[in-house]
Amino acid sequence: MDAMTLDDIIGWKPLLTDEERTIRDSVKRWVTDRYMPRITDDFEQGIFARELIGEIAELGVLGANLEGYGCAGASHVAYGLACYELEAGDSGLRSFVSVQTSLAMFSIWRYGTEEQKQRWLPEMAAGRAIGCFGLTEPMHGSDPGGMTTRAVRDGDDWLITGNKMWITNAEFADLAIVWAKTGEDAASIRGFIVEKGMPGYEAHNIPGKMSMRASATGSLVMDQVRVPDANRLPEAKGLGGPLRCLTNARYSVGFGVLGAARFCLDQAVAYTQERTQFGVPLARKQLIQQKLADMGARIVHGCVLGVHYGRLKELDALHHVQVSLFKRDACQTALDAARDARAVLGANGITTEYHVIRHALNLESTYTYEGTHEIHTLALGRALTGESAF
Amino acid sequence: MKILVAIKRVIDPDARIRLNADSSGVEEESVEYKVNPFCENAIEEALVLQGAHGGEVVLVTVGPEDVTQTIRSGLAMGADRAIRIEGVDTELDSDLVARILHKVVERESPNVILLGKQAVDGDNNQVGQLLAQYMGASQACFASEVVLEGEQAKVTREVDGGLETISIPLPAVITADLRLNEPRYASLPGIMKAKRKPIDVLTLDELGVTDTALKIEVLSLELPPERQAGSMVESVDDLLDKLKNEARVL
Ligand SMILES: Cc1cc2nc3c(=O)[nH]c(=O)nc-3n(C[C@H](O)[C@H](O)[C@H](O)COP(=O)(O)OP(=O)(O)OC[C@H]3O[C@@H](n4cnc5c(N)ncnc54)[C@H](O)[C@@H]3O)c2cc1C
Repeated sequence: MDAMTLDDIIGWKPLLTDEERTIRDSVKRWVTDRYMPRITDDFEQGIFARELIGEIAELGVLGANLEGYGCAGASHVAYGLACYELEAGDSGLRSFVSVQTSLAMFSIWRYGTEEQKQRWLPEMAAGRAIGCFGLTEPMHGSDPGGMTTRAVRDGDDWLITGNKMWITNAEFADLAIVWAKTGEDAASIRGFIVEKGMPGYEAHNIPGKMSMRASATGSLVMDQVRVPDANRLPEAKGLGGPLRCLTNARYSVGFGVLGAARFCLDQAVAYTQERTQFGVPLARKQLIQQKLADMGARIVHGCVLGVHYGRLKELDALHHVQVSLFKRDACQTALDAARDARAVLGANGITTEYHVIRHALNLESTYTYEGTHEIHTLALGRALTGESAF
Repeated sequence: MKILVAIKRVIDPDARIRLNADSSGVEEESVEYKVNPFCENAIEEALVLQGAHGGEVVLVTVGPEDVTQTIRSGLAMGADRAIRIEGVDTELDSDLVARILHKVVERESPNVILLGKQAVDGDNNQVGQLLAQYMGASQACFASEVVLEGEQAKVTREVDGGLETISIPLPAVITADLRLNEPRYASLPGIMKAKRKPIDVLTLDELGVTDTALKIEVLSLELPPERQAGSMVESVDDLLDKLKNEARVL
């Protein structure tokens, strides 16, 4: 029988709008033509392709699913599909877009003043201003409510002191959305736009990563940074502020990692059709097919869920527990698929030339960031039982 | 400056195709369509010329309702509006398409008509030339550079073994070769805007095309033979031996 494409098995084509299909095709083409030729080098050297930011912005993916302020206003499913194709390139590329769009821009779009929106969002959509999102701290990861970064009122300003860690885009960000306590408890958490060049603010790169090498991950060091009250996001109060941003971004992570998984499956299928051992192509071996079938089935489940939840998001009816489920399972599916693809490619699988090891390494990060697998398991467990086991 | 760009959709050149039961055509079910790559060069050139000289870029295609997606992806690149002429692929040949386009040219009076040099499905490479003939206008096919100077177009053409630069009066028909430009990527805002750009739909009757007889009849299609599996050679001597005696290329 003729081979079917994964798209055919997912069966999403008839369910997507023309715009959604065209957006996906356009992003896919850009990734193939412009990004794939350089990713192996970037990954080996440990750099993010900053020269491409202008092109990425021109594609219109920055702020893609936001309305107004120079943003495309595309559907959430369209944005998800764009992430799916970006991450087939590299998780670092999609992370750049997710952080800019779903964390930094979204924080301002959702919680900012009209002046803040006017000032930052068009610049950020055009890629002229890059944002990062500072929530995690060296001592507080899964439990951000324990953060120690403090903002102390001083006349019309705030003085912010503290360290943020593992911050994507930190190194070259023009603005950081920094979450800090204004009092003792988590309810006092507020968000601030801290701008590059403000005295006392520094960003550093974190060296030695074996995952997300083509993404800039850094730390923010803030020592009595004077930030005007006009830079506070007035509508964000308490831990719910940053958590809602994360829920928004996790949706793009879920879609994204499935794109990386799809890439790994395609690689594994193509490889096993060509590679002959014991006199026949590996694709004719049952143990190989079992791996491919398991990968394929789980990617299909993920994509179907992604479109379903995307449509719910369009109705503004997507619950954060649903996003936890989607992020958790998609990341596990992708990590397993990348590891299995790596195994199926044998020794070739460990080289950057075949890309699957790069995806497998990156997907260790997606398993952990935006809420670890375990934390989302606890979120789902709490939803099912009503009991908190955090 | 008004530029008319005739575009065609083709089955995704990267997709595997199947023939229908009687081998008279390609199985259309579940195939993906794309804008013909050379047509994308034509659209890109029209947008570049519009950027330099102002005016309007109008797309035209002949096809059924579902070519609308193809048209929208051209509009998403930046064209202003489009015209779709009702038609079915199997009831068209290059000559009829050229006669249809001629009627569209009479309605729209463009200064420049851009087309792809050929469609990658049929590889006919005829519509541009035939259209110029019906219009009684000049043509410059296989363009790799286009410069508009007043009422003239200076076009560099890719000919066998080199380049030829010619100057022709407008209105003129220009067909795009691959090296003419690099088509832009449709942006998300562009794709969203395309949804609201007008697409006029006309029937052949409304256009005044009465003679719809075809001059070409497709008798049969055949897929290329399956590629033979490769084999590994043990040594350089082996390779030389095979190149000499099996492949006979040495
Ligand atoms: C590449 C990369 C980019 C990142 N980008 C950003 C960014 O832009 N902005 C930002 O703010 N953060 C960012 N992060 C940080 C990320 O969100 C955190 O790493 C994550 O929240 C986990 O925190 P932690 O690393 O401190 O692990 P910990 O919280 O210390 O967890 C360690 C382990 O314990 C488990 N664990 C924790 N609590 C429980 C529990 N109650 N029960 C059972 N198990 C538990 C975890 O699941 C994990 O396995 C990034 C991280 C990476 C790797």
